[in-house]
This record gives sequence, C-alpha cells and structure tokens, in this order.
Amino acid sequence: MRFVDEFREPELITRTASEIRRLADAKRHYRFMEVCGGHTHSIYRFGLKDLLPSNIELVHGPGCPVCVLPMGRIDDGLSIAEQPGVIFAAFGDMMRVPGTRGTPLEYKARGMDVRIVYSPSDALKLARNNPERHVMFFAIGFETTAPSTALTLMRAKAERLRNFSVFCNHVTIIPAIRAILDSPDMRIDAFIGPGHVSTVIGCRPYGWIASNEGKPIVVSGFEPLDILQSIVMLLRQLNENQKKVENQYKRAVPWEGNRAALKAMAEVFELRPYFEWRGLGFISQSALRIRAAYAEFDAEHRFSVPGVRVTDPKAAQCGEVLKGVLKPAQCKLFGKECTPEHPIGALMVSSEGSCAAYYNYEHRKTQALTYLSQTPVSIGETSV
Amino acid sequence: MCLAIPGKVVELLPEDRSLAVVDVLGVRRKVDLGLLQEDPPLAGDWVLIHVGFAMSKIGEADALAQLRMLTELGESDAAREEVQGYGLGEEEADEEAEAAESNAGP
Repeated sequence: MRFVDEFREPELITRTASEIRRLADAKRHYRFMEVCGGHTHSIYRFGLKDLLPSNIELVHGPGCPVCVLPMGRIDDGLSIAEQPGVIFAAFGDMMRVPGTRGTPLEYKARGMDVRIVYSPSDALKLARNNPERHVMFFAIGFETTAPSTALTLMRAKAERLRNFSVFCNHVTIIPAIRAILDSPDMRIDAFIGPGHVSTVIGCRPYGWIASNEGKPIVVSGFEPLDILQSIVMLLRQLNENQKKVENQYKRAVPWEGNRAALKAMAEVFELRPYFEWRGLGFISQSALRIRAAYAEFDAEHRFSVPGVRVTDPKAAQCGEVLKGVLKPAQCKLFGKECTPEHPIGALMVSSEGSCAAYYNYEHRKTQALTYLSQTPVSIGETSV
Repeated sequence: MCLAIPGKVVELLPEDRSLAVVDVLGVRRKVDLGLLQEDPPLAGDWVLIHVGFAMSKIGEADALAQLRMLTELGESDAAREEVQGYGLGEEEADEEAEAAESNAGP
C-alpha cells in the first residue's frame, strides 16, 4: 500500500478518505464506473483502491481509444499502408496495437512507410513536405482529439492539398455510456465522468444519465484528490437520493464545453449510422465520419478498404474487461500470453488500458510480494 | 491521449495568429491555438495541450499540479517526447523527431 504522506496534500487526502468511509453505507455495495482510461491509470498508479472501503468498487470503463477499436479497423488502416506511395502516419499509441497480420511497427519492419506523429498537423506537414507521396493519418480518439483532426482537415482543404487523407476512427463517449447502461449484465450505481473529453463537450450532454437513468455523474480531474473528491460527491448524491451532473473539474471544464472545438467538429464530421466497438459490439451513432464536403480527404472514400470484421483471439476476454464485467486479472491470458511487452489485446498496449495499468502496478506489486515472501531472508535451512 | 499536457504560452506569433510558442517542461514548441479562438490565450497564460492543440486555459497553480501528476504517473518523459515531436513549422524539430525515430528502430 502506498503511504498516504507520499501524496501532494496528505492531510486533505486523509480527510477525504475518511469522509468517504463516513458517507459509505456499510450495508451497501457501490459500483462506480470511471469512464476514462486516464482515470484508470491514475487509480492504479496511486493505489487509490487501498484508500477506499471494500464496499466501494471501481469499474473500469471504455474510455481508452486504442482499446475500443476492433481489429478489423486496424487491418483496414494497414491495408492502405500497403498501397504504393503511401505514408501511414499514426500516434505512438497505435504502433504496437496488433492487427491480424501484425502491428504497425511490424509493418514498418517489413518495409512499409509507417511514421509516428504526435499531432495531426504533423501528418499534414508530412504531406506538404512529400508532394509525390500520399500521407494517410490514422485518426483515433474521443472528443478530446477529434477537434484537432477536424481543424487539420479544414487547413488541408484551405491549402488544397491533394496528397493527404484521414482514416477516421473517432468515437463519441455518450453512446458508449448508453451501451453500458443498456447492457443487461452491468449494474453501475454512478459514474466518474471523463475530464478532458468534457473540456470539449462540456457537462450538458451527460444530463440524460441523471434525469433518465437516475444515475449521478461527476466530471472529475485526474489527481488522486480529484478522484477521491468525486467519490465523495457521488456518495453525497446517493445518500440524499439526488441524481445530478456535477463538475468537480471546474478548473479545466467549462459547463458549456469548448464552442470553437465543437464548431470545427460539426463542420468536418457527421455521425456514422453505426460503428463497431471492441467488447461493446455495434453501437448506433457512436462514431464520426468525414462529411461529403471533405470526401477528397477521406481515406475510406479514396481507397478501397476490405472492411472485414475480425473477431478477437478466442481466449482473450478484452470485451468483458472493457465492459467492466471481468477484472483484468480474471482474463485467462492476463500476465501469461498477454503482457505489456507482448500484448495480445489492445487493453494491454495503451497506458490508459485497464489491463496495462493493472499489470504495471497491481500485478507487479503482487509478484514482488510473493517473491519476497518465498525468498528466505535468513539462513532458512538451519532455523526452525 | 486522455491526459493533457500543461504548457505556458511564451510568445504569440504575429505572422500566424493561430500558433504560439509554448514551454512544456523546458521544451519550447509551436502549438496550435485554433481551438481557443473564442477566448485566445495571451503570453504568460497556461493552456492544456492535446496532440499539438491547446484545448483549454487553466490557472498556473493547477498547471503546475498537473505537471507534477504527469511526473508521478511516469508520463512526463512521454509528454516531453510528445512535445519535442511537434513539428509545426519547425525544421529542427523535424530532424530531431526523425533522429529519435531512427534511433528507436523498427
């Protein structure tokens, strides 16, 4: 367990943790879902579970962009990388995500031109600097990154670039939460809402979770104290039988979101009728595609992609873990065939994936403790 | 990707008002301000950055707290690397990124 005085504000952490114990009804079991993978990472890194009473369970949600992407989309994107003259550009997070015939890095090793970019505008710059090649940017992310892709496409259009396209895999958070609430095997009492998605969409889009579904939701920051305070706010709502959207992360999240970002998204993207999510299946109106006005920059329009559905390796239970039905360590492959060094499922790749977070912090800690307990500290054989 | 990188706006660029030079953990790079056009930051302001774009303005104390947290999450090197990789109109940044990439190998 992490010592409380290692935290930045140890007294506040202690006080908030005891407030949580005071508020939690010992007769009840609480299941709170943190929607965002950034929260999952923070929860494991700081060992926040150890500060919570055992009847508060944190369920990890689907907010990890590379984790929810089905393998078929990765294959589709990589099929474009195989076309002559194409530069395949993607964020570093994507590089070790396995497709059927390997990861983007393995494609690079086989001679395909695969480049890591840190920003969609860097992909645009690659296109400017390589007029004889075609640069395809493999876009992923929720509303946190979609506006940047949108603005990049607006710039490409204004410049009349002819050799740039985007393979769009942007998804939206609200339909994913709806799918989880509709799922019969899920029971969630309340939500810790995503922080940085909300800087773009604001707090209003969560209203139905409170008013129609009767579940409290608190948009939260990422520091240990933020997450603990959000849990206090959720417990207060539940105790007072309230169902509200609250904003714990006011220092970065305006209630109305970022209007310029929403405007850029609306200009470039429209909702797909449906999109497949790993683990959650097909969800209607849950992803973005590029509008007809920008069709010349749409990789799906410019190239023919196979569009084949690929099922995950049978033994891997990514879907159940993504939905929060299974804990990472309950998957048969966890820590055996599937590790951060050799990931089989995407949840083991990204630091925001719950399997990688669990492996890096919980699993390694348990392994170390087991090792220590099995290793004799004194001359074991002669002592009784 | 979910975790934003805080940076301090060092200089607004008169030749292109959609860009600013931002300092992140000692690394200076151009960052796109296009998504903050309704409330543009000034030099000295702190912003949260995702994939090369400033997404929101925040106070200095909160920015410093967020930087500390990135360090504690073991993400500060990744953040620095990401910012170093931003190649917005900067040739030397490009070369650095390419050098880093070739060092990384396949």
